[in-house]
Amino acid sequence: MSSASNTTTISPVGAPNRRNTELALLLFAVAIPLLAYANVGLAKHGSVPAGMLGYGLGMGGFALVAHLVVRKFAPYADPLMLPIATLLNGLGLVLIYRLDQEPSVTTPALGGPRAPGQLLWSGLAVLLFIAVIVFLKDHRILNRYTYISGAAALLLLIAPMFFPAVNGSRLWIVIPGVGSIQPGEFAKIVLAVFFSGYLMVKRDALALASRRFMGMYLPRGRDLGPILVIWAVSMGILIVETDLGSTLLYFGLFVVMLYVATERTSWIVFGLLLAGGGATVVGMTSSHVKVRINEWLDPMQGVAQGLASEAAQVRWSFGSGGVLGTGLGQGYSRLIGGIGVKSDYILATVGEELGLAGVMAVLLLYGLLVERGMRTALAARDPFGKLLAVGLSSAMAIQVFVVAGGVTGLIPLTGMTMPFLAQGGSSVVANWALVAILLRISDTARRPAPAPAPSPDSEPTQVVRL
Amino acid sequence: MNKPLRRVAIFCGLLIFSLLIRDNWLQFVDGDSLKNDPHNRRVLINEYAKPRGDIIVGGKAVTGHKTTGDSDFQYERTYTDGAEWAPVTGFASQVYGTTLLEGVEDKILTGDDDRLFFNRTIDMLTGKQQQGGDVVTTLNSKAQDAAFKGLGDKKGAVAAINPQTGAILALASTPSYDPSTIADGSAKDSKAWSALQADKNQPMLNRALRQTYPPGSTFKIVTAAAALDNGLYSSIDEPTDSPLPYTLPGTTTTLNNEGPLPCHNATLKVALEVSCNTVFGHMGAQLGQAKMLAQADKFGFNKSLDIPVRTVASNFSNGMNSSQVALSSIGQFNTAATPLQMAMVAGAVANNGKLMTPYMVDQLRAPNLNVVQENSPKELDQAMTPQTAQKIQGMMEAVVSGGTGTMAQIPGVTVGGKTGTAQHGENNSGLPYAWFISYAKTAQGSPVAVAVVVEDGNANREEISGGGLAAPIAKSVMEAVLNK
Repeated sequence: MSSASNTTTISPVGAPNRRNTELALLLFAVAIPLLAYANVGLAKHGSVPAGMLGYGLGMGGFALVAHLVVRKFAPYADPLMLPIATLLNGLGLVLIYRLDQEPSVTTPALGGPRAPGQLLWSGLAVLLFIAVIVFLKDHRILNRYTYISGAAALLLLIAPMFFPAVNGSRLWIVIPGVGSIQPGEFAKIVLAVFFSGYLMVKRDALALASRRFMGMYLPRGRDLGPILVIWAVSMGILIVETDLGSTLLYFGLFVVMLYVATERTSWIVFGLLLAGGGATVVGMTSSHVKVRINEWLDPMQGVAQGLASEAAQVRWSFGSGGVLGTGLGQGYSRLIGGIGVKSDYILATVGEELGLAGVMAVLLLYGLLVERGMRTALAARDPFGKLLAVGLSSAMAIQVFVVAGGVTGLIPLTGMTMPFLAQGGSSVVANWALVAILLRISDTARRPAPAPAPSPDSEPTQVVRL
Repeated sequence: MNKPLRRVAIFCGLLIFSLLIRDNWLQFVDGDSLKNDPHNRRVLINEYAKPRGDIIVGGKAVTGHKTTGDSDFQYERTYTDGAEWAPVTGFASQVYGTTLLEGVEDKILTGDDDRLFFNRTIDMLTGKQQQGGDVVTTLNSKAQDAAFKGLGDKKGAVAAINPQTGAILALASTPSYDPSTIADGSAKDSKAWSALQADKNQPMLNRALRQTYPPGSTFKIVTAAAALDNGLYSSIDEPTDSPLPYTLPGTTTTLNNEGPLPCHNATLKVALEVSCNTVFGHMGAQLGQAKMLAQADKFGFNKSLDIPVRTVASNFSNGMNSSQVALSSIGQFNTAATPLQMAMVAGAVANNGKLMTPYMVDQLRAPNLNVVQENSPKELDQAMTPQTAQKIQGMMEAVVSGGTGTMAQIPGVTVGGKTGTAQHGENNSGLPYAWFISYAKTAQGSPVAVAVVVEDGNANREEISGGGLAAPIAKSVMEAVLNK
């Protein structure tokens, strides 16, 4: 009956795969951090840094290999994500190198210079990225591991409870002598996989088997169960690990994916009510969270007594940068002090040295990365891929919002790292993996539909007289 | 699934958008106030990232700078003869801020002044370090030396001005302090700072500009000017209507003189020469509150000045009864004056009644020695008629030639002066303040007027008198200006 549309008279011309676009963009993504690196050296020491050539070759090499792997194994993948991740990672390395030049924040107690370690982690991260692209032939394979992912996520979330708190938050698994990893960064990916698999199966039950009440669809009691479990785990993390940011991230991720899966606005209302209620209770009881909220409401408290909080220092850092910034290597964001200046507060250095213009550029890069992920979700043909892509992208968006919002004082400050930019091995590895999965989904989504097998039906229409 | 997906995409876009808005608010709208917040350490770091300009006296800088090994502050302020010049320069400390000239002219000294914009731009374009401008003062280093050495380890202050221009020639205050000892944030300097703060002798108080003392008999010049200007008496040789003993109006208290002086109906000239309390007290009461206050105001009382350092206003009260006006007219009760104020009184007399606005900054100079601002003499008020001024000059010169101020005589120079010994404290229990105000006159007019106050001296109570303690200091300052 629809033979007219199923015609072979128009043969599919291969959709442009945009790999050359990616290569051109990558050139900039490598060149910009390289120039920034030279800039830091010139500003701080009056000469181009000695490691310039090695650094340039290394970064260029990694970018090239990543590009070639994508060209070979995911030829239809989104052309923007790899350059954006490379650029952000490169800028992050330069910023950490720049802060390493300040002795006051590079003392042995604070871990000494951090750029070499971060470079190593970035290398590992790109290797993982390549491995994901090469070995994950189809993202739907992940669907098989739905419940294993759920268990793994739970494990990753609970594990830090058994390790000592660092800076007031239990976010790390510390292995003495080896280092520490932040499992929460990986948890967001594994959780997204679990939610996608779970919701793909349950979405009809959740969407349809509900009662209408005051214009809203209320879920059935037994469908409510898993949601309440997630909520309880989130709140548990908040209370035991005193980590407001991760709670916001996981819960936000879940509500977004639930909404997309069921297309029911009532879930958002329900989710917001649960999150709001929980956050209020914790905010009123936890002293750690209370301190953060007070600092948010009045960052300048104690300044007159000479006790400027980090929050106040961060504000001054941003303010002193102004519109155009002081130039790399010429700001004083080291005054923020402590270990956070290279991780949680790295955006303040961007703000002071690259100015409003620099921060806007960085935020727009994140925005672009997130929206390319959303575009991938729209284009994906299978519900699992759609859900996974939207989950990973919105996790990135929420994380950027929570960190940047916290640092700029839009919301209370929470301990999380700026993806790619901030110092932290777990973060950079996890985010490269996240981008690899998104690229894999986008490759599948943008791949031209396979040429339909020639069928006798599509032979030139004949009029058969009966 | 695409409809909710599009909404989520928009929502994530809004999240990023809200961050952009917030960052614009933080860095653009609030940016300047955060950048210039005095608690923001960057303000100080910038200030000391380049050498400060200098404060210059007589062609030579009394300030300087040295480089430090500190990571935050590259340069540190140093001072030549810091203690002597502290009442002029103030201090510029990396920790404790800036005061006096260092504070008022901070923008010029750091080079951040708007008038130096062109220099800054050139420096920026040519890649040179921003430089600070200089502050050229009107002070006379010889006079300052004389004043500071004259005060020695006594507690007191000296202010000297050029009566014809108002230019300040000397401003000394003792005990003093060396501003270089508190220039940085080292443990040594913070100890010095707390010691200075705790010192009950208040070494950081600028007594010449910011401490008021009861002027005692030196205030009789003002009373005499009021009497002559208001026509109460027309000649200094005419006997005054002065009872002795004199009972303060409305009370049973008698006002005493310092010993058995010939004060009964004494002439103005004699009354000032021997410093009769009864004559001037009675005169003040006769003139009344309004006329005395008007006269004091014309000399600059009850008004603080920016020279450009802000001075404390000297006081002559309003709303007093007759007996209080009588006491105020001999520089007691609530009357209080800074040494600079009394130098202005002597200066106005020496300059034939014309009171010039005192100023201590001659020029502000850009780093390339271009003059950014030049201060010229300005008249503050006509304190009295020239005739009255000349009559008072006659009286003051008599004080030095044959009265209580003979210690201030300078051979070959006409000197006029007035001593004062002011009571203070509960029932006058404190050691009195010894005052001396004077001027020297040459054929070209008067080049210098001085006020000296010595707080409690290292002498016993009887010996304290303006003539003995303060007059020699005034004399040496005048000699320094006259180049004797």
